[in-house]
Amino acid sequence: MALLQISEPGMSTAPHQHRLAVGIDLGTTNSLVATVRSGLSVVLDDEAGHSLLPSVVRYHADCGVDVGYAALSAQNLDPHNTIVSVKRFMGRGLADIEDIASLPYRFVDAPGMVQLRTVAGVKSPVEVSAEILKVLRQRAEAALGGELLGAVITVPAYFDDAQRQATKDAAQLAGLNVLRLLNEPTAAAIAYGLDNASEGVYAVYDLGGGTFDISILKLSKGVFEVLSTNGDSALGGDDFDQRVFCWMLEQGRFSPLSAGDARLLLTKARDAKEALTEHTEVRVTAVLSTGEMMDATLTQAEFNAMTASLVSKTLTPTRKALRDAGLTASEVKGVVMVGGSTRTPCVRQAVADFFKQTPLTNLDPDKVVALGAAMQADVLAGNRAGDDWLLLDVIPLSLGLETMGGLTEKVIPRNTTIPTARAQDFTTFKDGQTAMSVHVLQGERELASDCRSLARFELRGIPPMVAGAARIRVTFQVDADGLLSVSAREQSSGVEASVQVKPSYGLGDEEITRMLKDAFTHAKDDMYARALNEQIVDAQGLIAATRAAMAEDSALLNETETAAIETGIAALEKLMAGPDHQAIKRGIEALNAATTEFAQRRMDRNVRRAMAGQKLETFG
Amino acid sequence: MDFTQTHFELFGLPQSYALNRDMLDSAYRELQNTVHPDRFASQPEAEQRVAMQWATQVNEAYQTLRHPVNRGVYLLKLQGIDALDANNTKMAPAFLMQQMEWREAIDDARAGKSMDTLDALSDDLHAAHRRIEAQLAELIDAAHDYAGASEAVRQLRFMDKLIAEVGDVYEELES
Repeated sequence: MALLQISEPGMSTAPHQHRLAVGIDLGTTNSLVATVRSGLSVVLDDEAGHSLLPSVVRYHADCGVDVGYAALSAQNLDPHNTIVSVKRFMGRGLADIEDIASLPYRFVDAPGMVQLRTVAGVKSPVEVSAEILKVLRQRAEAALGGELLGAVITVPAYFDDAQRQATKDAAQLAGLNVLRLLNEPTAAAIAYGLDNASEGVYAVYDLGGGTFDISILKLSKGVFEVLSTNGDSALGGDDFDQRVFCWMLEQGRFSPLSAGDARLLLTKARDAKEALTEHTEVRVTAVLSTGEMMDATLTQAEFNAMTASLVSKTLTPTRKALRDAGLTASEVKGVVMVGGSTRTPCVRQAVADFFKQTPLTNLDPDKVVALGAAMQADVLAGNRAGDDWLLLDVIPLSLGLETMGGLTEKVIPRNTTIPTARAQDFTTFKDGQTAMSVHVLQGERELASDCRSLARFELRGIPPMVAGAARIRVTFQVDADGLLSVSAREQSSGVEASVQVKPSYGLGDEEITRMLKDAFTHAKDDMYARALNEQIVDAQGLIAATRAAMAEDSALLNETETAAIETGIAALEKLMAGPDHQAIKRGIEALNAATTEFAQRRMDRNVRRAMAGQKLETFG
Repeated sequence: MDFTQTHFELFGLPQSYALNRDMLDSAYRELQNTVHPDRFASQPEAEQRVAMQWATQVNEAYQTLRHPVNRGVYLLKLQGIDALDANNTKMAPAFLMQQMEWREAIDDARAGKSMDTLDALSDDLHAAHRRIEAQLAELIDAAHDYAGASEAVRQLRFMDKLIAEVGDVYEELES
């Protein structure tokens, strides 16, 4: 596959001009933004030349916000209002967070997702993440000199639906158009696979600051097919720091720590861990605000011993992923190391021992995810012609429903390729039953109470019938972002009742709107003008695409149909001249509806063409 | 999208249990290359929606044909037979006896915490799986014995469950 094709400056990819699109790695410890420039994927630096943006947000009483290095340096000073590793709280309830006692935050238990009380008010992890994304968006817009068409945002492959939804909400809140949520190991595989023109089965071992993923991929003729994925969404470099921190407490025998001193020691713990990647021992010293001191030496052997159980905790999901893929370690052609924590020598050694080969580390483990995401963003924006690669990814955890007796019935098993849809039929168990409650679950466990609850909703208005006569079809649809929507419909009587749900851990549209309003009151942007501008841009894009399709495929439409679409375009153009963004939105929806049949015909024709070529290839 | 088309027709393959896996994989890739939502990410919503429906359908068809049990169930369904009908549980006594022996062997491996026993058992189960697949091809494609094929499909399902149980024991022993 011709890759990294260099395009001459000024030679835009006709007929469209180059669309600005970026890849964003929203990490536990650091975040990055990258883009494809002149055919090459590059990380965009800030003005001071830093590529990494520490994923740290500090809130001030005057509603000011620091993000990145400025916030990082304040974490010991102002630990309650300086949020680090917020990714660990995304889509998580209070009960999900294990080491709550050692964290300096004032948690607020809220339905769905935990929140944090700061000097600037209560903040949800979605809002905190949005602050990080906003800084990256601004960095990209300044570097690229224009508004972004959209972004690919990466998530750990093992993120469940609630965590994915939270990430997408954060991006939306930061004013980003999400082209796709992309799994981090898959992004890394793009960056690696395409650079090395690889074919065969690869494992991506991704140990970040707070999450662990293992993905097994098959690379073949430009297709990246994820065979299986597994992981632990609460295991990462932070846990290694925690082990060193505990060792420091043993060494120092301190009186109970203040939040600031605890942060200080954690920072020292991380420094010690990082020093041990290059040295066989490190001297660890600290002076607390109480005047207490510690001065001790940590050897690499001691460090390896205290973290051995964490390393072996990554191998269990690795074995599961291989088994799900129906493969053994010896069938894996290469192992790609991703995430800052794979710099730790004992991690590299354990992976090398397990796969009996030296893992690939030639791309910077901190940057490889963002680089791959940028390459995918470039494809999704339509900037490349013809020689695109294709990603076929999977869902990491089974999706199901609670059935009688509190058991889980799997509807879509883990490692199913997305997009996917499955329907399951249910019936009523009482005469005259008019409602049925649906409880949507994610996880592998048999008991519903052991799985993550994604949503509960009730289907009402079922016509009264004898028990067992109603036919209620529950449909699960997982889109290409790995996000689930569920609908239920009673079919036997012709009466339909249906409902679409968003997972309860995601934010409702009203909540997003509220946050957007909050965000805009503190910004100079005029929300209304922005909304109007966005709708006009969308409408222009739709009209241009529709015209292009009609010019290309006029043969697929008869005169009446052509006239109907022309009418839709004319109506939308008229609305665009007006001031009402809601009306433009409705006009866009109407034109979309009017062109659906046309889109279907075009796709049918494309499929016929592709399969005709296929037959010649296979039989010829 | 033509919903009257069979999964075999979709991929341009002959309607048979015997499967040319390379041809299936290559047709699948070609189709996903054409219909996948990533190809339409910057297109209007109508096109994105059509792409998601198509890609979903292509994935469903691929999973059905690729999986030995699902392919058997699907082929029999095209003949108007429900192989997994809850009222039809006929199973050869010899197969049931063998089942019990395997189940005991799994329990023994678990109790003895023996990886080697488990590896050997796993090999046996996979070999038996392949034998039944070959029988199924014979029953459906040559003999057109759909009652016999239904039983073979049910046997394959049993084998899948046993293989999954062995996987669970691996997990237990590894952790």
